[in-house]
Amino acid sequence: MAEKFTFSLDGQEITAEPGQSIMKAADAAGVYIPRLCDTEGLKPQGSCRVCVVKMNGRTVAACTQPARADAIVESETPEIMGYRRDLVRMLFHEGNHLCPICEASGRCELQAMAYRLGITQSTKYPYLQPVRPVDASHPDIVLDTNRCILCGRCIRASRDIDGKNVFEYVGRGVHKKVGVNGDSLADTDVSIDDRAINLETCPVGCIIQKGRGFFTPIGERQFDLAPIGSNGKGRKA
Amino acid sequence: MPESPLSKHAKAEQAVMAICERFGNDRTRLLDILLEVQARFRCVEPSLMECIARQIGTYRVEVEGMVSFYAFFSDSPRGQVVIRLCDDIIDRHAGTEEIAQVFSRILGIGFGETSPDGRFTLEYTPCIGMSDQAPAALINERVVTCLTPARAEEIALGLKQGLGPGELDLPEGDGNNLNPLIGSMVRNNIRLRGEVLLSDVPADAGLHKALRRPPDQVREEVERAGLLGLGGAGFPAGRKWRMAADTPAERRFVICNADEGEPGTFKDRVLLTERADLMIEGMTIAAYAVKAREGIIYLRAEYAYLRRYLDTVLQRRRDQGLLGTDADGPGGFDIRIQMGAGAYICGEESALISSCEGLRGEPKNRPPFPAESGYLGYPTIVGNVETFCCAARILDRGAAWFRSWGTKASAGTKLLSVSGDCERPGVYELPFGISVRELLDLAVAPDAAAVQVGGASGQMINMSQFDRRICQEDLPTGGSVMVFSAKRNILEIVEYFLDFFIEESCGYCTPCRVGNVFLKRRIGKIRQGLCQPEDLDYLRELGKTVAETSRCGLGHTSPNPVLSTIANFPLVYAALLKINRDGREASFNIQSALEESRYLAKRRSMIYDPTYEGD
Amino acid sequence: MKKRIATVSLAGCFGCHMSLLDIDERLLDLLKLVEFDRSPFNDFKRFTGRCDIGLVEGGCCNEENVHTLHEFRANCDILVAVGQCAVMGGLPVMRNAIMHAEDPLRECLETAYLDSEYVLNPTNSIPNDPALPLLLDKVYTLADVVKVDYQIPGCPPSSETLWQTLNALITGHRQRLPYELIKYD
Repeated sequence: MAEKFTFSLDGQEITAEPGQSIMKAADAAGVYIPRLCDTEGLKPQGSCRVCVVKMNGRTVAACTQPARADAIVESETPEIMGYRRDLVRMLFHEGNHLCPICEASGRCELQAMAYRLGITQSTKYPYLQPVRPVDASHPDIVLDTNRCILCGRCIRASRDIDGKNVFEYVGRGVHKKVGVNGDSLADTDVSIDDRAINLETCPVGCIIQKGRGFFTPIGERQFDLAPIGSNGKGRKA
Repeated sequence: MPESPLSKHAKAEQAVMAICERFGNDRTRLLDILLEVQARFRCVEPSLMECIARQIGTYRVEVEGMVSFYAFFSDSPRGQVVIRLCDDIIDRHAGTEEIAQVFSRILGIGFGETSPDGRFTLEYTPCIGMSDQAPAALINERVVTCLTPARAEEIALGLKQGLGPGELDLPEGDGNNLNPLIGSMVRNNIRLRGEVLLSDVPADAGLHKALRRPPDQVREEVERAGLLGLGGAGFPAGRKWRMAADTPAERRFVICNADEGEPGTFKDRVLLTERADLMIEGMTIAAYAVKAREGIIYLRAEYAYLRRYLDTVLQRRRDQGLLGTDADGPGGFDIRIQMGAGAYICGEESALISSCEGLRGEPKNRPPFPAESGYLGYPTIVGNVETFCCAARILDRGAAWFRSWGTKASAGTKLLSVSGDCERPGVYELPFGISVRELLDLAVAPDAAAVQVGGASGQMINMSQFDRRICQEDLPTGGSVMVFSAKRNILEIVEYFLDFFIEESCGYCTPCRVGNVFLKRRIGKIRQGLCQPEDLDYLRELGKTVAETSRCGLGHTSPNPVLSTIANFPLVYAALLKINRDGREASFNIQSALEESRYLAKRRSMIYDPTYEGD
Repeated sequence: MKKRIATVSLAGCFGCHMSLLDIDERLLDLLKLVEFDRSPFNDFKRFTGRCDIGLVEGGCCNEENVHTLHEFRANCDILVAVGQCAVMGGLPVMRNAIMHAEDPLRECLETAYLDSEYVLNPTNSIPNDPALPLLLDKVYTLADVVKVDYQIPGCPPSSETLWQTLNALITGHRQRLPYELIKYD
């Protein structure tokens, strides 16, 4: 087995194995780096960029960047926190995120990330207010793509865990979206038991299980109690 | 008897299956399969996506992901003749709009539309590599340049009367464009021939010398020459070669990036036309140096008119024993051409590799670098056309000879594509380190007021900066130099570049996908006089976030037009900004916000229509 | 000197105002610090003087909202967007989803008053009394229309959130809201 090494993360010494990402090494040490597109059990893809850190002065995504011996990594600096706020705001402004009526409110990672980053100040970004469809064709599942943040977690879960490829990116640029393998969701072989449909997979309220909304009282929801990442690993308690 | 829809569909499926089979039902050749299906059916509709997916063992949504990614594919039928008018900023300044009106008028359709009889489609397309002979357009694969309203009318009428794009009577080009295999009206516009690439080069001299030396010495020669990638990124070519050679692997690949898409660049077009052998020689040397047996030329879709010629050159070299897996000579190296399908991002080397693998042209995460794990997971050298040409020359004349031109950090000469407001647009081969002013003098641009160096992703400089030098130490460029006179609107140019990036962003990462849209919106508001001095801070901050946090070079550089013009043309902005005293947003217009309501309610506003007196 | 405060609900539901009333007995403390000018709390319909703080609930969906917002901006030193509707449009902004239709406002009104199967509308007409303010082409956030100094998210912001924010604004002691008081729902 290859030798372990250490690097510095905000002044703290972190142990890593060769090839291990900064994120994985930090998780193992119980240090949380904010993230949205990355989640346990799925291959990291480095697309949301919320996990950006500076490694020896260069901005990299902690989820895909292998740790390097003796690297100096900065995460919770004012500059990086500023980038993260900007990125989370971009996601809020790109889609239609109506927290007051969203089934995922209180367990939504996008919302929780905004809380954690203390986003209360008014923003100058414009709301893009796109027109996006809701696919309620399936008996058990609804896709409200207004809330999609293109994290690709459902895509990876369906492909790599369920072996189904129900979802995939289509389009490009600001028109990029998550497509389904058929004319609508009912056309696909998706099932409510798929990992892709699991409530933990979609970080927002885009994938909704019919008949399962608002099941936890306000005040007791996951992120009512503690900020995302409180247990050092993001979502799972 | 009219064909029944069922049998028509069955026939279409059969044809699609045959196409897939010709590519061995290979999932990694999906781009080629789609190019043929698109050419044959003028679209890849969902039923055909399903058929392709079945045949090559993938999913319909993956095929849809590909079709929706590349601009040259469509899921509903395009016309038999697709006219793609280049609407790059240089072309716009040269009169694209007028040309567009002529096509629209004669063909009876607007841009983005297909005629009801299915004969014609009109589209706009970003830079097609003809900025030196703008306005230009693609008619299917045929290139038409130097369009005037009269010529556009002649072309449109000819097409309407049933002439095929190949049958149009057009002027002749120059140089090898006259070769019947190219047969194009494109002109090379070579204005200055330097000693490295555009003067006469002896055939395969570099290759023969390289083959007499062990591969590691060939690599060292390239490293010693200080050859940097000439596509724009400027990574040391020799280091890439070394990394690829040092990575243990069963297969290695050499890919030539002929996806010249940076607005205002066209020097690779000239090299592909005039120096195809030299480029392939360079690739063959690289293959020998890293022990690669397979090569790919990734040719942008806009340069499809060069394909037949390049195929012939490859075949001739196979016949000469210079290429081909059976040859004993240069390590049994062979090359195939991979056509692109309209995506600027594929000029980024890892996106180009994705594209060659039949995937959406999205960049890959690094590390691993392509030289360690690239095409199909094997060590891969991706180099620009010009880089491979230089490598061949270095092996012939030696590193010291190459280093005798240029600067410390940028050795050799550079092909510069000059376009815009100058008398002599075209390709100039000059040593690195040349000042912008010297170049402008050569191109005869006495009215130059602003110069965009490095394409859309480069820097815009003002007159007081014309003594800056083109090289890594100062102004790096992949070759694009766009000249603008004082009559041009700087912010129109900036807004155009942002539109370009919005259109061409792959959308993978948040800052590039969303941030560029925000940048563009604010520039648009500034142009309308609706912004305040604080908005410059907004642009600077947003630009920094996009540049710092994006995943690849596109997002790292897309804010450059904004940031460099704020720095270098402060008065242009200052003239448009107004200090806001009443706290009202200038961009909110109550009159237009009420227009529809007045119309629907059939009454006027009691508050905002001052003459209103009620019923 | 007591700070002067004005409040209003535009395209909102008065929920944010109700939430402010939920500070209960602390209302008495508040009244020691502030004096209310134009506000539904005292039913003053017009400004009586310049105000230090304007609290605006709701976004802009009609001309009267815009007019009122302009008055608030002109009469208040600090303008605060209170609640999700003021901040990002809230529920009313859902009508912007048809903004790109051919004839969005007509479609919106016809769906709301005529076409929906859940509507009982015997006269089959769309309300159009001259006293009704004209609708805007879409719903605008406060920041779309005027410069906004601060925003308090939430639907509604909890009474505690409002209380702490108001305190900070009145006393001028800026502070970070504790985690549990930042809510968007």
